[in-house]
Amino acid sequence: MIVRLQEKFPASVLEVATFREEVTVTVPKEDIFEICKFLCSDPDLRFEFLTDLCGVDFFPRTPRFEVVYLLYSMKNNQRLRLKTRVGENESVSSVESIWKAANWLEREAYDLFGISFANHPDLRRILLWDGYEGHPLRKDFPVEGPDFDKPFNPEA
Amino acid sequence: MAETRFMTINMGPQHPATHGVLRLVLELDGEVVVNVTPHLGHLHRGVEKLAESKTYHQVIPLTDRLDYTNAMGNNLAYVLAVEKLLGIEVPRRAQYLRVMMTELQRIAAHLIWLGTHALDIGAMTLLLYNFREREEILNIFEAVAGGRLTPTYLRIGGVSKDLPEGIEGKIREFVQAFPGHLKEYETLLTENVIWLKRTKGVGFISKEDAINWGVTGPTLRGSGVKWDVRKAFPYSSYDEFDFDIPIGLNGDVYDRYLVRLRELEWSNSIARQALERLPKGPIIAGDPKVALPEKEMVLQDIASLIRHFKIVSEGFQAPVGEVYASVEASKGELGFYIVSDGSNHPFRMRIRPPSFLNLGALHKMIVGGLIADVISAIGSIDIVLGEIDR
Amino acid sequence: MGIETYAGKTPLMPYLDKIVNWGRKYSIWPVTFGLACCALEMMAAAASRWDISRFGSEVFRPSPRQSDLMIVAGTLTKKMAPMVKRIYDQMPEPKWVIAFGACACSGGIFKTYNVVQGVDQILPVDIYVPGCPPRPDALLAALVELQKKIDKESLLDRKDVRSSLDLEK
Repeated sequence: MIVRLQEKFPASVLEVATFREEVTVTVPKEDIFEICKFLCSDPDLRFEFLTDLCGVDFFPRTPRFEVVYLLYSMKNNQRLRLKTRVGENESVSSVESIWKAANWLEREAYDLFGISFANHPDLRRILLWDGYEGHPLRKDFPVEGPDFDKPFNPEA
Repeated sequence: MAETRFMTINMGPQHPATHGVLRLVLELDGEVVVNVTPHLGHLHRGVEKLAESKTYHQVIPLTDRLDYTNAMGNNLAYVLAVEKLLGIEVPRRAQYLRVMMTELQRIAAHLIWLGTHALDIGAMTLLLYNFREREEILNIFEAVAGGRLTPTYLRIGGVSKDLPEGIEGKIREFVQAFPGHLKEYETLLTENVIWLKRTKGVGFISKEDAINWGVTGPTLRGSGVKWDVRKAFPYSSYDEFDFDIPIGLNGDVYDRYLVRLRELEWSNSIARQALERLPKGPIIAGDPKVALPEKEMVLQDIASLIRHFKIVSEGFQAPVGEVYASVEASKGELGFYIVSDGSNHPFRMRIRPPSFLNLGALHKMIVGGLIADVISAIGSIDIVLGEIDR
Repeated sequence: MGIETYAGKTPLMPYLDKIVNWGRKYSIWPVTFGLACCALEMMAAAASRWDISRFGSEVFRPSPRQSDLMIVAGTLTKKMAPMVKRIYDQMPEPKWVIAFGACACSGGIFKTYNVVQGVDQILPVDIYVPGCPPRPDALLAALVELQKKIDKESLLDRKDVRSSLDLEK
C-alpha cells in the first residue's frame, strides 16, 4: 500500500514510520489534497472513510502544528495515518470536498488550535462561542483559562 | 409585493427532547424544514486539555464522564490505547470481565436510548420500564466497582477489583430474565401503528452518504453497512465470542430502532457467554511499573508501599510514539489517539467522538422533512452531548 | 402591598404562613435542567424505583414559567451560563435552586477554561448536593431539606430574601 503511494507521488512522501503495527506517513502540506483524493478514489486502496482529523501542537518547534488524518478502507480493512506539518499562520487545504466528515472536524481544529483550512465552506468556531479570544488547545494557553482569578460575569 | 421569508425557530439548549444541551436553529417553510444549524459547545469542558496535565492513571475518571451512558466502554477505549502504547498484555480473566461489563453497559445505554426516544415520540410507559431494568444493572455495577453511573472499573493492565461473592448469581438472574423484558418492549412498540407512522420513512440516510459523513455505530448499520469494530479489529478477546451484527435495510428511524433492539439481544447473549466461560487467573497484568499492588500487601510490605506510592504520585514513563485504539461504544466507534513524548502524562490525547460525526449527518436526515420528524431523527441518532462537546 | 402587610399586624400571621408553606413545600415542581451526567441520576430519581412524585414533584415542567424549583444537574459552562441566568429570571417567585452534583456546587473535577466553578457564581443556591454523581436518594434527601427550609420561611420576608442578594455585580 505504501509502495503504491510512493510510486504515484515519489517526491512527496517525507517519512514513513511504523509503531505498534500502525503505519504513519508524513507528507508536505501542499500535496495533501492530491494525495487524499488519490487514496479515496483509487479502486484498489479505497480509503473512503475518514475516521478522524485532528491537530497536535508542538509548541517551540517550527512548523508548529501537525494535522493528523486517520483513514480507513472498508474494502481492505486497513488503517493509515497521514500527517502534515503546518506553521502558525499558514493554512492547509481542506479535504471537505472528498470526505464530508471533515466539515465539522476541521472547524473543531480551527476552533481549538487556530489552524485555518483553505476552501472550507464555513470555517467558524464550533465548540466555543464566536467572540472567544485565543485557541485553547495550544500549549501556551493555560488550562484554567486566562481569566481564572476574575469573577465570572455572564455577558457573552 | 409581499415578501416571503422562512421562519427561524430556535430549539434551544434547554429542551426536553434534545438529549442534553444541544441548540438547533431551524429554518422552516411552514412545517417543512429547510435548513438546520446545530450550535454545540454548551458542555465543552476541555477534557482533552485537562488530560495533558494529568498522569495516565489520573485520566481514567475523566474518560468516564465523556459519554456518561457508556462509562465502561469509554474506560475500555482509553485503557486499550495506553496498553497498546506500553505494549503490555492483559490476562484472560481481566479480558472476559471487561467484555462482560462492557456488554452490560451497552444494554444499559441502549435502555436509556429506548426510554428517551419513546418518550420524545410520546410513549411514556417505556421509560419507566427501561429504568427499572437499568436499576438492576446499576446494582451490579455498584456491587462490583463501587459506582453506579461512573464506575471507573478498569485500570491500565486489567481491572481494579475482582468480582465479589454472590454477584455471579445476580448477573445470571439478570441475563436470564432480560429476554422476557425485551419481548415486553417489542410488544409495545414494534407493530404499533403510531410508532410505525412516526418512524418509517423518516430520517433517511443512504449508505454512501453515511460512509462519507463518517457515521458509525447503529446509525451506520441501519443503512445497511455491516461494519462493527468488534468484528473488524477485535479487541479484548471478542473474537472468542459468538455473535452477529444486525443491519437494517432502509436507512430510516425504524430500522435503527430494530438494529438496536437486536443489539440488546446480542449483548445479553455475549454477557451470558462471558459469565459461563469466565476463566480463573489474575485480574491485572504483572508489570510492576504499571499495576498497583494489592491493598493487603501495601499495608504490610515496604516494597509494595513504595511501588504504590510511586505509581500513584508519579505514574510511569511511557515510550515515545503515538497510538490509536478504538472500541465499539454504544453510539459508534469511540477512539483514543494518544501522542506520547516519553513523560508520565500524555502529550496529546484526542478523543474520536462517534456522536459528533453522527450529528454532522443530521443535516442530511431532516432537511425536507417535517418539524416533528426532527425529534424522531435526533432520538434515533442517539447523541450524548458529553461526548460531542467533551 | 398584599395580604401580608395587613395580616402581619394581627396574630393570624403564623397560621397564614403555615398554610401557605404547607401548600408550597408539598408541591414543588422542578424545571427540567439536566446539563450533563447528573441529569441521568435526576431521571433515575424520577423513575419508578426512587419515585420523586411521592414528594410532590409529580411533573418536571419543560417551561420555566410553570415551575418553582430549578435543579441544576451537571457542569455549567461559560457558553451556557447566560441561558441559565435567563431561565432563572423567567421563573416566577417563589423559586428555589438546588445545585446537584460536584460540578454544579464548585466546578467538580473540571478546572478548565470553559467551566464556571460552581453555579453559585451566577445564581443564589439553596441546597448543595455533593457527589459525582450523587445517588438519587441524595436528591430526595435534598428535597426533604428544602421542604424543611420552606417551612421556616414567612410571607413577610419573602421579597427581602431575593432582593438583598446583589446579583447585578
